[in-house]
Amino acid sequence: MYAFDFERPSTIAEAVAALQDEDAQALGGGQTLIPTLKQRLASPSKLVSLSGIAEMKGVSIEGGVLTIGGGATHAEVAADACAPLAALAANIGDPAVRNRGTIGGSLANNDPSADYPAAMLALGATIITNTREIAADDFFQGMFTTALEEGEIITSVRIDVPPGGANYQKFEQPASRFALVGVFVARTANGVRVGVTGASEDGAYRWSEAEEALNKEFREDALMDLRPNPAIMIEDLHGSREYRAHLVRVLTKRAVAAIG
Amino acid sequence: MPKDHGIGASPKRREDVRFLTGAGNYTDDINVNGQAYVHFLRSDVAHAKINGIDTSAAEAMPGVVRIFTGADFEGVGGMPCGWGVTDRHGEPMQEPPHPILAQGKVRHVGDPIAAVIADTYEQARDAAEAIEVDLDDLPAVVDMKAALADGATKVHDDLTSNLCYDWVLGETDDAAVQAAFDSAAHVTTLELVNQRLVANPMEPRVAVGDYNRGTDEHTLYTTSQNPHVIRLLMCAFVLGLPEHKVRVVAPDVGGGFGTKIFHYAEEAFVTFAAKAINRPVKWTASRSEAFMSDAQGRDHVTRIELALDASNNFTALRTNTLANMGAYLSTFSSSVPTWLHGTLMAGNYKTPTIQVNVKAVFTNTVPVDAYRGAGRPEATFQIERVIDKAARELGVDPVALRRQNFITEFPYDTPVALTYDTGDYHGTMDKLEAAADFAGFAARRAASEAKGKLRGLGVNCYIEACGIAPSNIVGMLGARAGLYDAATVRVNATGSISVMVGAHSHGQGHETAFPQVVADMIGIDESMIEIVHGDTSKIPFGMGTYGSRSLAVCGSAMVKATEKVIAKAKKIAAHLLEASDADIELKDGVFSVAGTDKSVAWGDVTLTAYVPHNFPLEEVEPGLEETAFYDPANFTFPAGAYACEVEVDPETGKVTIERFAAADDFGNIINPMIVDGQVHGGIGQGIGQALLENCVYDADGQLMTGSYMDYAMPRADDVPFYTVDHSSQTPCTHNPLGVKGCGEAGAIGSPPAVVNAVIDALQSGGKNVDHIDMPVSPSRVWSAMNA
Ligand SMILES: Cc1cc2nc3c(=O)[nH]c(=O)nc-3n(C[C@H](O)[C@H](O)[C@H](O)COP(=O)(O)OP(=O)(O)OC[C@H]3O[C@@H](n4cnc5c(N)ncnc54)[C@H](O)[C@@H]3O)c2cc1C
Repeated sequence: MYAFDFERPSTIAEAVAALQDEDAQALGGGQTLIPTLKQRLASPSKLVSLSGIAEMKGVSIEGGVLTIGGGATHAEVAADACAPLAALAANIGDPAVRNRGTIGGSLANNDPSADYPAAMLALGATIITNTREIAADDFFQGMFTTALEEGEIITSVRIDVPPGGANYQKFEQPASRFALVGVFVARTANGVRVGVTGASEDGAYRWSEAEEALNKEFREDALMDLRPNPAIMIEDLHGSREYRAHLVRVLTKRAVAAIG
Repeated sequence: MPKDHGIGASPKRREDVRFLTGAGNYTDDINVNGQAYVHFLRSDVAHAKINGIDTSAAEAMPGVVRIFTGADFEGVGGMPCGWGVTDRHGEPMQEPPHPILAQGKVRHVGDPIAAVIADTYEQARDAAEAIEVDLDDLPAVVDMKAALADGATKVHDDLTSNLCYDWVLGETDDAAVQAAFDSAAHVTTLELVNQRLVANPMEPRVAVGDYNRGTDEHTLYTTSQNPHVIRLLMCAFVLGLPEHKVRVVAPDVGGGFGTKIFHYAEEAFVTFAAKAINRPVKWTASRSEAFMSDAQGRDHVTRIELALDASNNFTALRTNTLANMGAYLSTFSSSVPTWLHGTLMAGNYKTPTIQVNVKAVFTNTVPVDAYRGAGRPEATFQIERVIDKAARELGVDPVALRRQNFITEFPYDTPVALTYDTGDYHGTMDKLEAAADFAGFAARRAASEAKGKLRGLGVNCYIEACGIAPSNIVGMLGARAGLYDAATVRVNATGSISVMVGAHSHGQGHETAFPQVVADMIGIDESMIEIVHGDTSKIPFGMGTYGSRSLAVCGSAMVKATEKVIAKAKKIAAHLLEASDADIELKDGVFSVAGTDKSVAWGDVTLTAYVPHNFPLEEVEPGLEETAFYDPANFTFPAGAYACEVEVDPETGKVTIERFAAADDFGNIINPMIVDGQVHGGIGQGIGQALLENCVYDADGQLMTGSYMDYAMPRADDVPFYTVDHSSQTPCTHNPLGVKGCGEAGAIGSPPAVVNAVIDALQSGGKNVDHIDMPVSPSRVWSAMNA
């Protein structure tokens, strides 16, 4: 690691102020950022820890609306969120990662293989920052790229609990156990939404053909003739484009079957 | 009733108390007053010419003590190779220099270019970033076939080519081998890859060099499986230091798996530098460094052919293997694909004609050397996969085909230079059939199919040559070291015993198992016996732990030393009891005169040895301490049969291991619990190889799997509960304990069982797949099914 200053403010306002310094960076659970620092791949002048900010904590469900603090850990989401999202969070990394890593950090990082982005797209989540509200559809802008401005903090996430149920199917990359492909299917008030992670060169995306088919008929068979396009897929040591495209379809089918 | 003490009992491992409660003393726990830290600047390209290294800016950085480059080691020896292989034409292998820090060229990603010593580790890293290295990139040699092509770029400019050696074992007459194939009723051919692995012990390598100007003595603390071997190699070949002035300490070591056998440049560096700067120097590898500097394992590409007659008897076997050496010859690299691999090619079968050809190849990759099993997993995988394929082609039961060809008479001289002293392959297979419940497989397959899964059963045998090794034989074969071992049994005045052993325990449980033997021989409690290992200033000159040799070789030395102690103690007892020592019996820690009720206790005799007031001084010396060296008469030959049952998800290609049974013949067993644990760990690593692990370089020689994000290690939920049976026992005929060794069996025996099971599953689903290279990952299975 390179040397850096460290601050741990207790309000969002203080954190926003602390992040004004040149090359200051927010620190969530550190599960992505700390390994990056250890490898000397980043050199922030200052880390502003968000872990002491009470207003960014907690998970609550009221009147069908799920609110997750930007600083809520994966373990907290696993314990208190609605079932499909809780199950997703319970399967991120290992206990140490879940006890430190936060939803805000995961969304800000937008790793193309992370689990939450698929869920946010499928659930039509609203990502709330210190300055504005951003629809999930506008938030994710390609691998490791989001709508966040410099110094902007994800303070919470708001989700309408899908009335028709939801399910996440994750096929693990054998080494990292991130998603080789993950598919989140949700039956929301505004119809079926399908979020896909791990697969695409452009990061998490919605599989609109599948949504269309499933809106007509919410059955596995509705996907029978659909073939995701391999050309947009990631190809690496762990799977070819064709394999990933195949998995998108298999996992979508399985999620639909699980919702029933 | 299981025994509760001594040989055959399973006391809990005493060393685990300190390991599990954080009281271990690992090399990184050792800090020497005033120590500085070294960081190695490593090449980030696979192959380049070094035009110049400018360290001036770095030297001016805060905390920097000194920076070394290859130029500082001109005239200093390089890292030696401990085994000279003679090729098929009688020529010595090509042996390139291996400098401590790169000279002239860098030859793999991770090759050390400069070493920065500073007051703190972070300062050393900061300064390393300020070093300017002027490199001219050269084409990287990665693929072995391309490396051998005419006009290929050479890894070492001074060698004639990238071929280290072209070696043949068994039938050297190509025409005779061809004739055997020409007259065969059936020939099965298989091309396969035994992929490169990274050993990944939990503890990365660490080395601390300390120099005492007052006494001119060096101390090296290092993560090693064999401190005396390191001292010998470093003193005699690398630094030219007098051995008596060098102490090498390998304290608690957090796993070795072979990769901590070898003498590494970092060890020689810290020893050299501590004197040069007159200050202790410490190096602790990061995990990323381990991935690019620990010797890696396996990496063979093989074509194997099996000839059978009309009655399905094996008549000939021919293999051609390319074995990757990496960029330099690591300590035992040259012996692994030859004498540890070719010699095992008979397997458990009486194949009369065998020819093994191995071409060892230099590439711009991390050096390859012994990794748990070392050569024997590669041999076993080929034989057991080709037999399975032959059985399928011939439509015969794979177990029956194996049984039909088993060696049944011992001793048995193989066509590939070994003499198996004993074994009972049918007996071991019988145990497996019961342990694995072959009879219930059909019902389990039906249940899997009802869930939409394919189920397969894979079986294989293995044999290994362990207890390495008779020094005279390995000397003839090119070893540049003896492979005996040594033990000193020091009885203290009050009767407790310290046993100083040349073997090194880094997970094997010697501190528990070795005392069981001595306790049994004397008839005292195990708690009175302590094992001392890992420090050249304390132990006799032993050769360390690898090749499942500790008990068979060092344990034999310990038995001999204990016998000498007992013989002397009997003389003292005879004196005290006023009897002839021939009449003295030792039982349960009491010496008695045969046929009388006269006796004297162990403690009285040991006290007399050190307080010799009433002592047969004219007959024996005071004290009670004996040393023995033991050089084995032959290798030992553990053998076994393994069975694996897998389920394959036909939609995704994912393989899950549902059952795994192992029947091993390890000869006599000292601590069955420890043996179970050794087998469990070995199978875990074998399953890791079969399903998950893969070290991959791209065409430019960049390591694609340099972290756990891409290098898949097996985890608890990747492996099933194992059924392990070691009740089939044919004791080794030539060592005093009748033991064979169990440390590598699991890793040797399990990969073919897994792959055979996957193929069986796919075939049961109507897929015409006869081989998938390891790791049998979901994407590879899916691709094979949809080819
Ligand atoms: C061993 C391991 C296994 C893992 N497995 C998985 C897995 O299976 N699936 C998965 O999805 N992920 C996995 N992860 C990643 C994990 O989920 C991380 O926690 C997550 O990616 C980052 O969250 P964090 O709170 O740790 O963020 P940090 O590492 O602290 O920060 C990451 C980035 O987000 C920024 N940031 C942090 N919080 C905020 C905020 N509130 N607002 C704006 N920016 C912010 C930081 O400045 C930084 O750029 C794994 C990680 C590890 C170490």
